Amino acid sequence: MAKKKLKAHHIERTWCKGCGICVHFCPKQVLALDEHNIAYPADPEACICCRMCEYRCPDLAIEVECQET
Amino acid sequence: MSVKDYIRERFFPHMWCPGCGHGVVLNAMIRAVESLGMSKNEIVMVSGIGCSARISGYVDFHSMHTIHGRALAFATGIKMSRPELNVIVPMGDGDALAIGGNHFLHAARRNIEMTAIVMNNRIYGMTGGQFSPLSGYAAAASTAPYGNIDHGFDIAKLSEAAGATFVARTTTYHVHELSRLIRDAILHEGFSVLEVLTQCPTYFGRYNRAGDAPEMMETYKNRTVAVGSEKKNQDPDLIERGVFVKKELPEYCREYEKVIEKNQQKQT
Repeated sequence: MAKKKLKAHHIERTWCKGCGICVHFCPKQVLALDEHNIAYPADPEACICCRMCEYRCPDLAIEVECQET
Repeated sequence: MSVKDYIRERFFPHMWCPGCGHGVVLNAMIRAVESLGMSKNEIVMVSGIGCSARISGYVDFHSMHTIHGRALAFATGIKMSRPELNVIVPMGDGDALAIGGNHFLHAARRNIEMTAIVMNNRIYGMTGGQFSPLSGYAAAASTAPYGNIDHGFDIAKLSEAAGATFVARTTTYHVHELSRLIRDAILHEGFSVLEVLTQCPTYFGRYNRAGDAPEMMETYKNRTVAVGSEKKNQDPDLIERGVFVKKELPEYCREYEKVIEKNQQKQT
C-alpha cells in the first residue's frame, strides 16, 4: 500500500465544540486545542494520515486531506 | 463524495453537547452509506424523540421525525408501502425500550426489513438526566441520586429473544467496526438491531464520575471485548462486541407480497 502524505487538516472552526476527542486519541499528538478551545493541527508534520480524528469527531468538523506518495 | 454531501449543512453546528457520542454515530453512518454507494433517495430515516432522534434532521435522506417511541411503527408503514426503500431507525435506549418497548419487540418478531440503531447512552439526556431502562443497577441519575435500584436490559439478548435476525453491538470508540456493522445491518434482509454504546458526558458521565468524553471512550476501549474472546471468561463484567445473531427467516414485506399474489391469482 502506498504511503499517504498529509496535504491539510480542514477544521470547521464554527462546528468544533472543543470536546478533545481528536486530541486525546491522535496516535501522534498532532492536534491540540487553541486558546478558544478549538482543535488545530499543532504538529502537522507528525501526521500519519490515519484519519482517526476525522472518523471520531462527533461534530463532523475535521477532514484530513491526504495524497498518495 | 465527502461527508458534507450527505448532511444538511444549514443545521450545523448540531445541537448535541460537546463530546456527545451521537455525533460519532452520525459520522460512521454517513461513511457506511457512502461505502454502500446508495443514493440519498433510496434511504428513509425515521426517528422518535430524544437527543438521538435528532440525527434524522441532520442527514440529507428522506427523513421523518415522529413521536416518542413510535418510530418503528411509522417505519413499518413506510416499509409496507414502499418496500424498495432502505429504512433506518435511529433510537435512544429509552425511546426504543421504555416508551417504544412494545413496538420494538413486535417489529423484531415480524422480521420486517429495517435497521434499528439503538444509541445506548444509559440515560435520558434531553430531559435532564433521568435514569432509563438501560442505566443499570447502582447507576446515578437525576432521578436516582442515591443510585438506581432497577436492573438494566441486555439489548442483544432481548432482541434475539424477540426474533430479530441480525443483532450486533459496538461502541463509539470502535469507529471502523461501527461503520462496518451499520453497513452489515443495512444489507441484512430482515429486522436488524445494532446497539451502540455512546457516551453522554453531560449527564451520565457527570452523575457517575465517568469523566469527560475521551475518558468515557477509553472505558469502551478497556471494558469491552470481541464476542467469543477468552478474556470474557476471566472477567465476566466485560461487555461483548460484535455480531451475536445473523440468520435468515422469511421477511415480512416479502411474505405479505406473496399473500397478495396468491389471492390475486385466485380471483382471476
